[in-house]
Amino acid sequence: MLRKPGSLSAVAAFVAALAAPAAHADWALNMPRGVTTMSQQIYSLHMTIFWWCVAIAVFVFGWMITSLVKFRHSQGAVPDTQMLHSTKAEVIWTIIPVVILVILAIPAARTLIHLEDASGTQLTVKITGYQWKWQYEYLDKGVSYFSTLSRDSDAARQLQSGVDPKTIPDYLLSVDNPLVVPVGTKIRLLLTSQDVIHAWWVPDLAVKKDAIPGFVNEAWFEVQADKPGTYRGQCAELCGRDHGFMPIVVVAKTPAEFEAWLKTQQQASLPAAPNAG
Amino acid sequence: MANSGHAAHEGHDDHHGAPKSFWQRWVVTTNHKDIGTLYLIFAGVMFFVGGLMALVIRAELFQPGLQFVDPMFFNSMTTMHALAMIFGAVMPAWVGLANWMIPLQVGAPDMALPRMNNFSFWIMPFAFTLLLSTLFTGSGAPAGGWTLYPPLSLQGGDSFPMAIFAIHMMGASSIMGAINVIVTIMNMRAPGMTLLRMPLFCWTWLITAYLLILVMPVLAGAVTMLLTDHFFGTSFFSAAGGGDPVMYQHIFWFFGHPEVYILILPAFGVVSEIIPAFSRKPLFGYESMVYASASIGFLSFIVWAHHMFTVGMPLAGQLFFMLTTMLIAVPTGVKVFNWSATMWKGSLSFEPPMLFAVAFLFLFTIGGFSGLMLSIVPADFQYQDSYFVVAHFHYVLVPGAIFAIMAGIYYWLPKWSGHMYNMSLAKWHFWLSTIFVNVLFFPQHFLGLAGMPRRIPDYSVQFADWNMVSSIGAFGFGLSQLLMPYLVWQCVRGGAAAKAKAWEGARGLEWEVPSPAPYHTWETAPDEATIIHASPTGH
Repeated sequence: MLRKPGSLSAVAAFVAALAAPAAHADWALNMPRGVTTMSQQIYSLHMTIFWWCVAIAVFVFGWMITSLVKFRHSQGAVPDTQMLHSTKAEVIWTIIPVVILVILAIPAARTLIHLEDASGTQLTVKITGYQWKWQYEYLDKGVSYFSTLSRDSDAARQLQSGVDPKTIPDYLLSVDNPLVVPVGTKIRLLLTSQDVIHAWWVPDLAVKKDAIPGFVNEAWFEVQADKPGTYRGQCAELCGRDHGFMPIVVVAKTPAEFEAWLKTQQQASLPAAPNAG
Repeated sequence: MANSGHAAHEGHDDHHGAPKSFWQRWVVTTNHKDIGTLYLIFAGVMFFVGGLMALVIRAELFQPGLQFVDPMFFNSMTTMHALAMIFGAVMPAWVGLANWMIPLQVGAPDMALPRMNNFSFWIMPFAFTLLLSTLFTGSGAPAGGWTLYPPLSLQGGDSFPMAIFAIHMMGASSIMGAINVIVTIMNMRAPGMTLLRMPLFCWTWLITAYLLILVMPVLAGAVTMLLTDHFFGTSFFSAAGGGDPVMYQHIFWFFGHPEVYILILPAFGVVSEIIPAFSRKPLFGYESMVYASASIGFLSFIVWAHHMFTVGMPLAGQLFFMLTTMLIAVPTGVKVFNWSATMWKGSLSFEPPMLFAVAFLFLFTIGGFSGLMLSIVPADFQYQDSYFVVAHFHYVLVPGAIFAIMAGIYYWLPKWSGHMYNMSLAKWHFWLSTIFVNVLFFPQHFLGLAGMPRRIPDYSVQFADWNMVSSIGAFGFGLSQLLMPYLVWQCVRGGAAAKAKAWEGARGLEWEVPSPAPYHTWETAPDEATIIHASPTGH
């Protein structure tokens, strides 16, 4: 029992020494709270169930550890061989877990029902997954473009590229054309795919939904009005060779900035239209 | 009847020994003990093959950037690691233990169908030769994940039909093994060995065997549909032809969820024998353990879609699968409480089998907690397909199923070999495994919560620190495992003689025969007094 903490801290010290020069050193332990109305709820649901688990663990592990310490053969413990079962105990440890589960299920179901309610959205973006990039299409706005891994990340991620990933800003999490959305607006995503199944995941938005060829999935999010910024994620469903290299970047702007951005996009795509046609 | 055919040669006055020729003893054998040994050796080999693949994965993930392998080969490694560990290591190890112990524990002279037993073993080396040979095909080994989701799996080259045929063979072998266990337990128990006098290992294996028979054909059906989609122009899973790729996932996980209980239920059985033995006290709540195992078996059929909450299901479907999944915590909780109550007021000693069983109790419970967290659908949207899930299922499979297999081997090895083994070496194996398994898998919870998806060969630098810790744990764990084959080899070759009852507090008919167990046992069934004396509850 004594060996364990010693060796763990030795390993931790060793690793800390190795990682010390890295400015990014993130020993992150927990889920981000996120920036949408739903992400906060999901985070608190996650923490609620986590603390319940901790409480149960304290009880169960405490009980086990007490036995391990108190009832040792080497200390001359005499076993109580008549202790075969107890209906009372068995009823108690069936009922109490059921009660805890009901306590957990209620907020979980409430959040889920809220999450599945995609009514009242103000902007719809169609997202199409490809091996290995994303296409964003602002429905009824005439804006559509592809989003792929940025060039510096792509160069650095080649096998034995010799480029230190730490020198690349947002290595593997930056793209050429991010998805741009307005804050404080309920945005509907329609997800599909052109080839295999992908999954669109941005932890800060608490959205993860599969993009399935031949089917359209729906999800929504609303970035809080005071949280403009850049939020990053990745494809979450194995989709082949470059599954690890099709990141997602969402830039949330104020509605005014978003409108301005949308206008420039629309103008940029207009002259191209005849050629494309 | 079953083994009277080959018992005809030589005298009957003594235990007839094992055949002298290698061919007779190890190839065409119908002896449950030898077949059990073959299964265990096969499982051990595959454990190291699958482990080597895991080390390729962890070496590549040691730091950001691609240092060693192409992403496609990385994907092959994750796919093949899972197939080798699930179908090659854990399942055959359980079948090996079942072969060795079930006839001894129910007082039967052999498995009910000895020739089929031989056949079901010998399919396995061929199945895995076929599967592993895909590594040498031009297009490389399967790289679409062990779940073989279409359309991605349909992009595979020559390896695709090879892997599917290998899975068919493994499935056939598993079904035969399961039939053998069911027929043995149902028909070959000694007179007086009622079902509720059986050790829990027999009970949990009986339930496992039913699960196997029910779900293996479902897997076979799913992969056969993949095959016809690819080669014969059907479109079961292609929207372009009116099919649905998500339907594959439903069918697959209808197999896949009971499959995870196939891997863990026998572990519950082993732990339910070891904890009483080293607590010197009968198992607490024997009958509730049986009922809890059966409920877990039943529930395993109605929770499958919790593996696929992100595919976009109707709200009612999501609520149903969330609630049924949460319900599994109840019978699992009953088991953990019963084990805890068994240790309470016991007289505990910590020989290697008990050490592994106690570690199982703590670490499997941690896997249970993360499982409960994963059942909460809104939170699952953040956990799904992240390293949090990787941490969860490795906690239930490595310090869960695999620690229980090791506990079982350390528990019964004296019975098999007739020798006690090197206790201090086994304790080294335990402590190194337990420390490193946590260094390996615990940080993966943090990585998943921070947003690292699973099955990626390279990652953003923010994930670098915990990945490095995890990789150090992986190499430490992998190297520690080399101790076990050395220890077993040493024990088979010699050591202090083991008593018939190698452990003071052990119960069960296997401890009523000499150590090593003679080549043929229970040719005369044990009498009822012996059965009652050896039963888990003592009546």
